[in-house]
Amino acid sequence: MSDGKPQGASIVFQAVGKAFNKPDGKQVSAVSDASLTVDSGAITGIIGRSGAGKSTMLRMVNGLERPTSGQVLVGGQDVGAAQGAALRGIRRDVGMIFQHFNLLSSRTVAGNIALPLEVAGVPAAQIKARVADLIDRVGLNAQSNNYPAELSGGQKQRVGIARALATEPKVLLSDEATSALDPETTQTVLTLLKDINRDLGLTILLITHEMAVVRDIASHVAVIEGGKIVEAGKTYDVFTAPQHPTTRSFLSGVTGVTLPAFIKGRMLETRPKGAAKEVLRVTFAGMHATDPMLALLTRDLGIEVNILAGAVEEIGTQPFGNLLISLDADKGVDARAYLEQHGLLTEVLGYVS
Amino acid sequence: MSANLIGLLMEATWQTLYMVAVSAVLGAAFGLPLGVFLATSQRGELLSRPLVNRVLGLVVNAARSVPFIILVVAIIPFTRMIAGTSIGTTAAIVPLTIAAVPFIARLIENAIREVDSGLIEAARAMGATPLQIIRKVLIPEALPSITLGLTLAAVSLIGYSAMVGAVGGEGLGDLGIRYGYQRFMPDVMAVVVIILIVLVQLVQSIGEWIAAKVDKRAPKGRGQ
Ligand SMILES: Nc1ncnc2c1ncn2[C@@H]1O[C@H](COP(=O)(O)OP(=O)(O)OP(=O)(O)O)[C@@H](O)[C@H]1O
Ligand SMILES: [Mg+2]
Repeated sequence: MSDGKPQGASIVFQAVGKAFNKPDGKQVSAVSDASLTVDSGAITGIIGRSGAGKSTMLRMVNGLERPTSGQVLVGGQDVGAAQGAALRGIRRDVGMIFQHFNLLSSRTVAGNIALPLEVAGVPAAQIKARVADLIDRVGLNAQSNNYPAELSGGQKQRVGIARALATEPKVLLSDEATSALDPETTQTVLTLLKDINRDLGLTILLITHEMAVVRDIASHVAVIEGGKIVEAGKTYDVFTAPQHPTTRSFLSGVTGVTLPAFIKGRMLETRPKGAAKEVLRVTFAGMHATDPMLALLTRDLGIEVNILAGAVEEIGTQPFGNLLISLDADKGVDARAYLEQHGLLTEVLGYVS
Repeated sequence: MSANLIGLLMEATWQTLYMVAVSAVLGAAFGLPLGVFLATSQRGELLSRPLVNRVLGLVVNAARSVPFIILVVAIIPFTRMIAGTSIGTTAAIVPLTIAAVPFIARLIENAIREVDSGLIEAARAMGATPLQIIRKVLIPEALPSITLGLTLAAVSLIGYSAMVGAVGGEGLGDLGIRYGYQRFMPDVMAVVVIILIVLVQLVQSIGEWIAAKVDKRAPKGRGQ
């Protein structure tokens, strides 16, 4: 263990592929040709549906799985090529937390946090001091002698986090760490992760199937679908200008902005004959999120707007708004041009007659 | 019942306890590592030695399929080699131990297999060696089931120990057969059976008590 505070390490996936041999002899490709650079000291989220290959990506970072092609570099070291003691050394630099906590039922909170230190051969006296520090950091002083069976889910994950930090790692991996927790507890755990990232400067790579988790703590995000990275970038950019349909569908969930059922049922893809209304999604990015754009639209062009659904929220401290509106289809072109001119993004979702 | 008979009963009880205790301890000493190895040496597991695993599995199954009374007779030369004699209480420990080892190994194997694979994964992620995972994760986590398994083995050994009278092993079973059955003394038989029942109860209760003591998991039914 080093003395000073641990610095983060970068993680680089270079054209990584991973195929598993199934019992019937066939191969299943979990990840293919995935390239991604995770900045040192950043919080990066990988989001994807069940079976997309998220866990496989994460497990290649600490060598729980080996890539079948390409390379995974952690702090410049090739994890896939490391064996034995070298691999165990890398693993001590990479902490990991799990959806189901994976705590030893036979050890107390303090005992669980001590385990990685025992494994690393740290002297008992040092272990004791270090464990006390960690328990303090995650706020479990009152529970240090309790067994996991006596803890709530949120407390268990705090133990998991303390245990993952014990060997002062440069990287923290999180495999759906909040998926088994209720929304409130999820927030406290995410806040803890944010604080840790800020105080210790370690790199956090987390996987999730919830955009809300990415929105709340990740500065960067990668979207994975069918084992391929389909989109990656700064969270704010990806949220405000999603390129891939998968990203969009994840976002429609998180922004909570979906069409009311009565309109969705009547929506047409092409404009019907006669009088019709155009249904638009308008995204307000950055400083524009707080401008009264719709009021201006009415004032300047005399176009009346119906608001169907909407929300303004914060992504990485920047406001971001998402509105679903409908307006006279004849005025659609003008309205969209006006809004785009003022820095908003528009997308035609369909028409209703 | 004469004072003489009471003395015999006490001696026989002592002999049974001695045979069972020694063979249980020896059985656990050999069965624990064997069971841990069986549980961790399958393909893709911690120690992944599929071939050795297969061979050992066959040997264990073979040993377990020989009826105990036949095992006792079949290994008489081996017993003589180890114990210096093939008759008597000490000699009886050899076949008892040989019967106990594969039995205990399978019980331990099952107990180890029940440990959540997520814990092995967490330990690997910490950089633990396979041996550290066995010592610090698998055995402590399996301890409640291991304790219950050893209790089951001890109870079975009490039963087996009654059969070693056939080769001059002594103890309660032998006494029951010689006095209760061959000399038509049903009261001796009854006392022998009662002592055996009490012994089994005692072993079972102590085992369960220890298992409950070491079990820190949430009580069943309350869930995680
Ligand atoms: N050990 C394995 N053997 C065979 N196939 C596997 C193995 N691990 C993963 N896979 C397959 O690889 C694909 C990706 O799995 P992975 O666990 O990475 O998905 P995930 O995105 O983490 O999904 P989830 O959100 O459900 O955890 C799946 O099709 C899965 O069935
Ligand atoms: Mg997964």
